[in-house]
Amino acid sequence: MTGQGDRRAVSDTSQAPGHDRPAARAGLTGQAASSAGSATGGEAGTSSSRFGASELFVLYGKTVALSDVSLSAPAGQVTAVVGGDGAGKTTLLRCLAGSLAPDSGTVWRPVKERVGYLPASSGIYPDLTVAENLDFRAKGYGMTRQAARERAADYLDRAGLTAAAGRLAGQLSGGMRQKLAVIAAMLHQPELLVLDEPTTGVDPVSRSGLWWLIARAAADGCAVVLATSYLDDAERCAGVLVLDAGLPLASGTPDEIVAAMPGTLREVAVRPDGEAAARAWRRGGHWRVWEPGFGGAQQPEAIEAEQIEPDLQDAVTVAALGQLLSAGRA
Amino acid sequence: MTAAPLAQCLGVTRRFGHFTAVSDVNLQVGPGEIVGLLGANGAGKTTLIKMLLGLLGTSEGEVALFGEPPSRQTRSRIGYVPQGLGLYDDLSPAENMQFSAAVFEHASPGAGDQHGLPESLRPYATDLVGSLPLGVQRRVAFAQALSHQPDLLILDEPTSGVDPLGRARLWETIAETADAGAGVLVTTHYMEEAGECGRLVIMADGAVVAQGTAGQIIGSAQVVVVAAESWSTAFARLEAAGLQVALAGRGLRVPDADPAAVRRALGDLPATVRQVPATLEERFFQLASQGAAGKAVA
Repeated sequence: MTGQGDRRAVSDTSQAPGHDRPAARAGLTGQAASSAGSATGGEAGTSSSRFGASELFVLYGKTVALSDVSLSAPAGQVTAVVGGDGAGKTTLLRCLAGSLAPDSGTVWRPVKERVGYLPASSGIYPDLTVAENLDFRAKGYGMTRQAARERAADYLDRAGLTAAAGRLAGQLSGGMRQKLAVIAAMLHQPELLVLDEPTTGVDPVSRSGLWWLIARAAADGCAVVLATSYLDDAERCAGVLVLDAGLPLASGTPDEIVAAMPGTLREVAVRPDGEAAARAWRRGGHWRVWEPGFGGAQQPEAIEAEQIEPDLQDAVTVAALGQLLSAGRA
Repeated sequence: MTAAPLAQCLGVTRRFGHFTAVSDVNLQVGPGEIVGLLGANGAGKTTLIKMLLGLLGTSEGEVALFGEPPSRQTRSRIGYVPQGLGLYDDLSPAENMQFSAAVFEHASPGAGDQHGLPESLRPYATDLVGSLPLGVQRRVAFAQALSHQPDLLILDEPTSGVDPLGRARLWETIAETADAGAGVLVTTHYMEEAGECGRLVIMADGAVVAQGTAGQIIGSAQVVVVAAESWSTAFARLEAAGLQVALAGRGLRVPDADPAAVRRALGDLPATVRQVPATLEERFFQLASQGAAGKAVA
């Protein structure tokens, strides 16, 4: 994640509220201003607009959940933490949200009241209606009734949930419940919004509504961090951190991760034989073969095929393969 | 398709009271084919799969599996991995395999020897399934579904929660099964997975609204891409103009929009505006929304 781009994003966010439907948001200016003050004076420490974590280590008994993991979460930007089950995504997000203290390392976040957190278990009460869930959350955030109502109405409308406001949350579809959970986490316009797998089990139509909410939070200047196991989601983000078994595999913008992929990629019609099979995977009906392209003497035999330009999915697959192969040799 | 279909729906409709869950669906899965079934929640995918599994009858139309109506016999030729994986948490992988072998009345290959668990899963053979990592559980569910060498494989969100390399490896298993002559029907919400299917069927409001390869379904659909120094300002202006805006990194994408209208909405904001082909997800969203709108009008 380049410093220059981030600084631009930061100056971006300070302008955003002014362009943002002034009529609907008139009551909120005071709160937004005071929140900027609280960040500079709060736990955030070095930066008022950049949150994140540095060199985190977390142990669960003898299991290393996170090993030397760092993440930068600039304001006005969406950052994805990508990995499978057990990669350490939830542990990292809990550290960022302040619900888990790392064994070592530093976390920068705003004061607790300025964090929005959607835990893996959505934090929605099934026995309350959609509107009651949001009322309850707004009280917890100490929001004024009017501000809460106006913002809830706006978010519910854009997420396609207005008609469901009176329904019990427990009766919503998975996608509607996740949208409600994200609205509940961002209702108080936090400075840092931490979302644990907001899109899991959500169909593409609901996902579009979810992504509108996420974009809205970032456009309002919030630093958004979300966990996902899908690169579909990561491709929409400005920053990406790939985790595997608690270790960082790759990080940067999607373009940077692609550019940093070592070696070359070729596409062949059938699965290669022998040693190359371990460096190959199937994609879109063809086989991709990765040639590390470094390591001197151990250079594998080149496959005769057209070289192709990798995308984010290829680069992340290669990062995982590289780690697997080097672990195998060790 | 030249070979006789393994699974076939002909004008299938299913009603629950006054609600039509599946409406006049025609669908075929042939040997060696991987067909992706895409749709929003409530589009009718689950109802359709229940009919294919023989768990639910049709209101109208015909479902044929291997050329005959669904029955216990046809069910035994299907491998099914539900979203919740369908494993017994308090049995070991080996016991789960043994149990499904008993249900399908087949001698599992290598019975007495871990009940056909693939080599990579042997280390977990005697642990309780509930105590295993989800990625391992998923591989056990696959092994179980494949253990009776099914002719038709039905997979519901097959790689949910799996890392990208693990996903590629699971798809290799799926593709090998198809290459060996089985038909595969996959439901998914992710375009990353849809890209692995040879043919896609898109459902909205109970009906099939598009069918074909990803390229055929996307067709000539385009979106407008906006790159602005200040994406949040661009977002606010496009929003204010009532346009549907999606975030893509530090840029924005506006589906179904006229570039000139986007330009106007941006006003004096320095930005580049260009048209690019839509992604499958964007086209899917368009089809799903039209499906819903069409029904509301009707």
